[in-house]
Amino acid sequence: MSEKRAADGIVGRGMTSGSDLFRQWFDRLTAAAASGDKTAYVFVMGSLVEILHVFDFPVSFPEINSLQTAVKRVAHEYLNQAEDYGYSPDICGYVKADVAVQLRGGAHPMGTLPKPALAIATNACNTYVKWAEIWERLYHIPVFTLDVPGTRAAGGQTCPGDPDFAADCAYVKGQLQELIALCERVSGKKFDIDRLREVLGYANQMSVAWRRVIELNKSVPAVFSALTEGTVYLGVANGFRGTAEGAAYFRDLVEEMEYKAARGLGTIENEKYRLAFVGVPCYPIFRRFNEMFAEWGGVFASSTYLWFASGGTSLGFEYDLTRPLESLAEGVLISVRHAMDAMFHPDRSLAADLESFKLDGVVYHPIKSCRTVSTGLADSRRALMARTNVPSLFIESDMMDKRVVSEAQLKNRIDAFFEGLATRKQAARA
Amino acid sequence: MGTARRTGAGDERQPVTAMTVLEPWIGKPLDEVLGTLRDTLEDPDYPTVKRWREAGGKVLGHFQVYVPEEIAHAGGLLPLKIRGAQIEARQAEARFGSYLCSIIKTSLELALSKRVELELFVTPPICDAARNLAAVWGRNFTYPCEILYLPQNANSSYAPDYLRHEYDRLRRAVEAVAGRPVTDDDLRRSIAVFNENRRLLRELYAIRRQQPWLLPADEAYVLTAIGGCIPREEHNTLLGAILPQIQARTSRAQDRLRVVFEGGFCEQPPIDLLRMIAQSCYIVDDDLMIGLRWIVSDVDAGGGDPLRSLAGAYLEQSSYSPVQHDLRKPKEAMLLERIARAGAGAAIITAAKMCEPGLEEQVAYSKALDAAEIPYFVSEFEESMTSFETLQVQLETFVENVLFD
Repeated sequence: MSEKRAADGIVGRGMTSGSDLFRQWFDRLTAAAASGDKTAYVFVMGSLVEILHVFDFPVSFPEINSLQTAVKRVAHEYLNQAEDYGYSPDICGYVKADVAVQLRGGAHPMGTLPKPALAIATNACNTYVKWAEIWERLYHIPVFTLDVPGTRAAGGQTCPGDPDFAADCAYVKGQLQELIALCERVSGKKFDIDRLREVLGYANQMSVAWRRVIELNKSVPAVFSALTEGTVYLGVANGFRGTAEGAAYFRDLVEEMEYKAARGLGTIENEKYRLAFVGVPCYPIFRRFNEMFAEWGGVFASSTYLWFASGGTSLGFEYDLTRPLESLAEGVLISVRHAMDAMFHPDRSLAADLESFKLDGVVYHPIKSCRTVSTGLADSRRALMARTNVPSLFIESDMMDKRVVSEAQLKNRIDAFFEGLATRKQAARA
Repeated sequence: MGTARRTGAGDERQPVTAMTVLEPWIGKPLDEVLGTLRDTLEDPDYPTVKRWREAGGKVLGHFQVYVPEEIAHAGGLLPLKIRGAQIEARQAEARFGSYLCSIIKTSLELALSKRVELELFVTPPICDAARNLAAVWGRNFTYPCEILYLPQNANSSYAPDYLRHEYDRLRRAVEAVAGRPVTDDDLRRSIAVFNENRRLLRELYAIRRQQPWLLPADEAYVLTAIGGCIPREEHNTLLGAILPQIQARTSRAQDRLRVVFEGGFCEQPPIDLLRMIAQSCYIVDDDLMIGLRWIVSDVDAGGGDPLRSLAGAYLEQSSYSPVQHDLRKPKEAMLLERIARAGAGAAIITAAKMCEPGLEEQVAYSKALDAAEIPYFVSEFEESMTSFETLQVQLETFVENVLFD
């Protein structure tokens, strides 16, 4: 980022204030650990913070806590401890890092994490459920497993007015009512529907802005890297969802991205290739992974990670504040379903994005730790290749475990991919 | 080669479900029948399914663990339990990433290689890998491929209504394939057939608990698992004839360690592995093919709503597995109960390689067994493994340690 660009006070604001918010968030969790405040553990897909904020629960996202250990380059210490405890090298690294955090009494590179008083796990990822069972056993806390029925078959999404949608929605709404009753019991506070409206209002502002931010990356050059900067924005989208701070952050972020788009300010100096990222980032070498693309002028204009890891709020669903609970059920159903579609049917969205994001290539990054995202990517890639002639790269590593991250191998593959892209561009010009 | 045989011809509703697809076995010696059944079960070309199709039958293939097969049966479809195979996943490998269990790949391979042909594929999202199957399958085949969302919030008071609707959605999918309505009466008849099947399987497992020397684990497995790929009426006839013959065996009890085998809820271990274990232990209970025995008591086949009865049975009359969350059924407590009910003195806690739910549960099981001071043997397996020498030595050492402790 040049000094000239930063001098206007707008460009780069999303990164700096996002980092500040994150530090504040971990500080609050550390304070909650010290004071013994009842904390809720949730996951990024279907976090239901909209309800939890009504009861003023501090909220901890163990997925984010775990990935921070990788970004801080200490994940291996946590993974080793969980494996010594009995967990297999072949299960999700996020789970194991969190197990080690719990075994250490909450000790984490960003502070001290509180124990849970309540946990919510949606069925959007089966590991969520197994993970929550670990807390159930460790702490004997209530675990609320929220069923959000997803798309049954490709292209078969139901809509309001369809009896099948109504049945799914009624189920989600009923469960939300049961969750509210549980929150009342755990917190000792009464549910306040007006407070829910307030939270939903902030969440609406954030969802609309999040969708706008993602759309603004259709600009050429791309105004942010969907892999690096996008992950910071994503963290705020999750951690501060339904809060005044989160709404303000995203208002500013839209302003920043519109500012950059209007002035043709790209996230890298010399954008040559626009790419889509499909999968989960390689957190053990997070910065270096991106550099291997940026060195060739490659920028990630879009990323399925921003869709599913925001719980589908990228869709921009707005709650109807005149009927908050019903609308929350609809929104959770539609958004979490969208998140699942982004993982299981990415080829469908990507085919449309190739043109709108002016993409030159697609990078698939399945990882050992997350079979939810990774299992079908090779097949999804085949399907996309059959429909389009977009070049693609398929590289495997992990989001946590550096034992399965080979930087040299990745670089070889990435370099070869860009050489192919360059040849292709040359041929196109000729 | 056997041929599909129809009985009850003339009734449009009856002929398909009354078909028989096994090699003729009536009147043959028990050991010969068991050998033939094993060969049939291990044949990756699924000869029973081929015979069914050659006779004009349609097939609903479903992935592990549990799908209410009664609904397929009521529509005249053969419910086929897809459980992988000992084959090389040549085409399927290209459609998946690394770090996956074998059954995911070989199940798709069965379909890609046309060893198994279906009219409808249904998969419950039992794990992170399997929940991708409907999408993968749907991109590769033109027939409908669907997820059946069984509740993970089994404790919600709203789960029965939801599941009843989900089963009705499956009924509509079956009707579309069958080309005819699936009536409540059809469902009641099918529930009755499956109730009888579950009763016979309970009888089989009672023999294993009470007189395990009469029925080694590998034979018990063959007799159970074959039900997943033949008409259930035929399975009932088979079990009804075979179980008395097993009871009449004259084998004598030996001084062997009684163990529970846990970890076979999805990918299945090779039969030779079970046979190897059976040489040094009595496996007195297990979770192999638990989906066929998921419902533990009769489902109401009376005049009420049959789909509601099936939904209620899933939630209220069911076994346990690592892939269902139910606060009333903590897995480790359920395992301890299984061990106690079977009078077992130890457990084999295993998991398929790369099976996340199984591997995660191993930790909880181990801690619970430690606390209960029950000896256990931890291992991993893969459906395609063919060498068991190392495992055998380890297991025999474990057994000796327990017996001579």
